Amino acid sequence: MDNGLTRSLRGLGQRVTSRIWRLGYASRFFLAILLGSGTALRRMHLTIREIYFTGVLSLIIILVSGLFVGMVLGLQGYDTLQRYGSTEALGVLVSLSLVRELGPVVAALLFASRAGSAITAEIGMMKATEQLSAMEMMAVDPIARVVAPRFWGGVISMPLLAALFSAMGIFGGYLVGVQLIGVDEGSFWSQMQASVDFREDILNGVIKSFVFGIIVSWVAVFEGYDAEPTAEGVSGATTRTVVTSSLAILAADFILTAFMFTGT
Amino acid sequence: MSRTTLDLWVGFFVAVGLGALLFLALKVGNMASSSSGDTYAIQAQFDNIGGLKVRGAVKSAGVVVGRVAEIRFDPEAYLAVVTINVDARYKFPRDTFATINTSGLLGEQYIGFEVGGDSEMLKAGDTIKKTQSAVVLEKLIGQFMFNKAAEDGGKK
Repeated sequence: MDNGLTRSLRGLGQRVTSRIWRLGYASRFFLAILLGSGTALRRMHLTIREIYFTGVLSLIIILVSGLFVGMVLGLQGYDTLQRYGSTEALGVLVSLSLVRELGPVVAALLFASRAGSAITAEIGMMKATEQLSAMEMMAVDPIARVVAPRFWGGVISMPLLAALFSAMGIFGGYLVGVQLIGVDEGSFWSQMQASVDFREDILNGVIKSFVFGIIVSWVAVFEGYDAEPTAEGVSGATTRTVVTSSLAILAADFILTAFMFTGT
Repeated sequence: MSRTTLDLWVGFFVAVGLGALLFLALKVGNMASSSSGDTYAIQAQFDNIGGLKVRGAVKSAGVVVGRVAEIRFDPEAYLAVVTINVDARYKFPRDTFATINTSGLLGEQYIGFEVGGDSEMLKAGDTIKKTQSAVVLEKLIGQFMFNKAAEDGGKK
């Protein structure tokens, strides 16, 4: 019994230390990416290629999801607002919820599962097939050549995708609210413009999506680089990317919201 | 895929993304209408500002002519001091009357300017002397009930 207690305590301690060790390793890795990004930005075609894979190929899922989220917001918002006889505020409701919260957060969650997992799997497979070691043998820094372009590709794509998501969602809300249900078009747009502020709402949303882009890309490249070089290890790393980055996005969203929208 | 096609797609993606941002800024946000041009600051003291907030609108004849820049409490006079940034294009007479109004029954509160007849104009740093506080609905209802009760009492 005494033996079991020490063993479980030791196991707990080991789990905590290994988490902290991984966090430290990840931070060191982040610094290494920043130091190695000179190459990624100088040889721009490397980064452009990654923007294609993470950004352009995520367009369809982002646009379609944005449209549907906006349409649902239009329906639900109308249903709630008409009880108070203020359906003209539908535009405000749709645009503020998209620009402030749903656009950055949902786009980042989709981005993590669509692009983040792909990045992890790719880098993990490169490690498993010893391509990364081969690069090191040829005196090519794999962090500068492989990791940093993917990181920057994700960081650049994310704000653009979030903006597209929000714009598409507002269009979806317009389709349902104005074209389908028949809310007055003039007040839909004018009330929206009166209450959405460029710096308070839109710019803060862009900052949010930029931070989420850093989080997702960082987690994705780190999990790939740190993956066990086996098929099993790569699949585990891919799962961890989606879980960790989703949780980190939601936690960071709370912190950022607490800073940005204090209700003054 | 050849590099030029790749560049084309990425260029397209970046252009569409920036276009979406522009759409958000101009069509959804108020960047086009919010004139970030020159303003001058004047102050007004109120007994009670009600639910007035920083960045609230300042209207004259229903047109937005400025924004509330700062609200603070004067601990000596026990009054609320509101700093207003007025658009430099508009000048108001010195005896302008500032009131706190509510847009609609439950809407947000804004400051309304009722223009006086003084020939001198308000300058930056001036204070509006004549103000009217926000209407507090509870007080109004309370007053109404009190009057009603007094009336009924008088009849008996």
